[in-house]
Amino acid sequence: MSDATRLSVFKTYKLYVGGKFPRSESGRVYEVSDSKGKWLANAPLSSRKDARDAVVAARKAFGGWAGATAYNRGQILYRVAEMLEGRRDQFVREVADAEGLSKSKAAAVVDAAIDRWVWYAGWTDKIAQIVGGANPVAGPYFNLSTPEPTGVVTVVAPQDSSFLGLVSVIAPVIATGNTAVVIASEKAPLPALSLGEVLATSDLPGGVVNILSGKASEMGPHLAAHQDVNAIDLTGATEGDLARDLEIAAADNLKRVLRPRTEDFAESPGTDRMTAFLETKTVWHPTGSLGASGSSY
Amino acid sequence: MASAFEYAPAPESRSVVDIAPSYGLFIDGEFVDAADGKVFKTVSPSSEEVLAEVAQAGTEDVDRAVKAARKAFEKWSALPGSERAKYLFRIARIIQERSRELAVLETLDNGKPIKETRDADLPLVAAHFFYYAGWADKLDHAGYGANPRPLGVAGQVIPWNFPLLMLAWKIAPALATGNTVVLKPAETTPLSALFFADICRQAGLPKGVVNILPGYGETGAALVAHPDVNKVAFTGSTAVGKAIARSIAGTDKKVTLELGGKGANIVFDDAPIDQAVEGIVNGIFFNQGQVCCAGSRLLVQESIQDELLDSLKRRLSTLRLGDPLDKNTDIGAINSSEQLARITSLVEQGESEGAERWTAACEIPSAGYWFAPTLFTGVTQAHRIARDEIFGPVLSVLSFRTPDEAVAKANNSQYGLSAGIWTEKGSRILAVANKLRAGVVWANTFNKFDPTSPFGGYKESGFGREGGRHGLEAYLDV
Repeated sequence: MSDATRLSVFKTYKLYVGGKFPRSESGRVYEVSDSKGKWLANAPLSSRKDARDAVVAARKAFGGWAGATAYNRGQILYRVAEMLEGRRDQFVREVADAEGLSKSKAAAVVDAAIDRWVWYAGWTDKIAQIVGGANPVAGPYFNLSTPEPTGVVTVVAPQDSSFLGLVSVIAPVIATGNTAVVIASEKAPLPALSLGEVLATSDLPGGVVNILSGKASEMGPHLAAHQDVNAIDLTGATEGDLARDLEIAAADNLKRVLRPRTEDFAESPGTDRMTAFLETKTVWHPTGSLGASGSSY
Repeated sequence: MASAFEYAPAPESRSVVDIAPSYGLFIDGEFVDAADGKVFKTVSPSSEEVLAEVAQAGTEDVDRAVKAARKAFEKWSALPGSERAKYLFRIARIIQERSRELAVLETLDNGKPIKETRDADLPLVAAHFFYYAGWADKLDHAGYGANPRPLGVAGQVIPWNFPLLMLAWKIAPALATGNTVVLKPAETTPLSALFFADICRQAGLPKGVVNILPGYGETGAALVAHPDVNKVAFTGSTAVGKAIARSIAGTDKKVTLELGGKGANIVFDDAPIDQAVEGIVNGIFFNQGQVCCAGSRLLVQESIQDELLDSLKRRLSTLRLGDPLDKNTDIGAINSSEQLARITSLVEQGESEGAERWTAACEIPSAGYWFAPTLFTGVTQAHRIARDEIFGPVLSVLSFRTPDEAVAKANNSQYGLSAGIWTEKGSRILAVANKLRAGVVWANTFNKFDPTSPFGGYKESGFGREGGRHGLEAYLDV
């Protein structure tokens, strides 16, 4: 049977929460169109309840993911890149539709996104040596500062850069051991929902990344005010006063806040997206001394 | 017991410090009156004696100070780092020279024992300036990229528990990185900051680089909200920290908050009891417990609870409460009548919720604000005295059976500033330290501070770090 006559199989786009693919508990969907207005799919219109479920999943996953070795996290992030490479054509098509790009431009975006996973995969077991270390205190004490993940991070993903931007905000959050609740681009959520399918087959423990489609203006206030969320990345909260309102709500339990800024995701990222969601723990212990002169040699 | 520990009074002389009857605001290198002429009195909490009358900065003064700091920023930030370093080294040296004077002043204005201001506060203040002085011309090597830029004008609001030390934590990194400063000291302890203004003049610091605005909460709020402030640094209560976080939402202001705590001090059954007792005492009775990182929750393994508490009570009975200027004094005055009222009210609540109170028998002076060392046993995690920061010499004792239970109880708090671990087993120290959600973990020690060591909290204890290389980030545009 030739392509011309075969009826294709549509994909039902679903959320990615706790390692599973639920529909919105609200039963709601909204229409997603390409840049020319052509209907692409019905995406779940997530509710407050979906957001809360995602936080529960992210919290449950936090201990295991933060406690995994940095090497193990690196292996898994690299596996994400491997899985993406295999589905490259699908993502090129989705990104081209979502962002109105030519096939070659969309391919460049997807390649950059895959390479970004590789970049962050390599960071997992290096960041502690860059931002932590021994402190030479004036006394007989061992004193060491190490970075630790902040906890559950809400990520309002970029509205325009539906895939490279998305990867650029998720990877640094989880590379260091945080878990994420991601609100995908409202108008272009399909690459994000498909990313969930990749993450599910990359050995990433369920709940480490949770992806919701819908309105940042609807879910954002609940996630910003949620007492079991430790931080919020407001990159995609660009509508009206949304970023300010979410920052005010986030103050209630002193979430760490990354404010929106103009950003070119094609450029090489620095480390600040990782350090934005890291705590520093400093441990002291007396060393005693072996010699009266103060030298231990 | 008491007779074995009779001590003759050994007061430190007040004559090393000359407190003027009145002080102005320090703006653009000059002491000036408040625009609206308002003043307030600062009293010595151990005697209720009025020490001085101090100008109270209003909104107009805040604006004047921020303008002065903005004007000074251009030249100060353009100075070679090596020159800024030399100003800070000068300041560090002058603080060392005047350290006895400042220690006595701090004890008078704050109420804490001279033993602490002399041996802890002042040496750390000088060390902090000395440490950050050295960074000023090495910022390229700090890991924030080449030629990291300062932010501009820093609005800084500090508490009354370590007045000069908190000033040092704020001003030293700000100046080293090329920012200029408007600092508001606490209303009950403005004097050491005003003496510091004089030190800036002695050091020849350019006008407007440091501005000091004594005042109450509304002065701090006006400073934080000023549109030309680029950086906000606050140490104080979590409630005010949240208000600040709300007030700067939607701006470009960078912020660090160092807030409250309810530190768990965990004692395992193999801990050296005598050392642990000293650590517990240091953890909660240092500075009358008015310390954000105080070890205010004692978590003791059930099998040694009785032995440890006997030993602890015996030790607490030997603590000497009284004249803060006396070199023998262990427990000084509570900083203010308001703070005393807060401590008293939380202790009453502890009793009414069913915890069992024990208070050291000691004579309370007739004038001033005092609270005898107190501990509560039979405390549950739901009790307010196990959850709220008391900020006083009050210890809540809880017990546990297993390390997992200890960790779960320690982490069961909105706060996450400090924690202590007492055990002889190295692997247990590392395993427990790893699981505690706290910014500073002291193992077989407590309440140690150093300018090279980053300090700050997890969760609602705030964010950002002060001290060390980490402390530079808060003042750089990175």
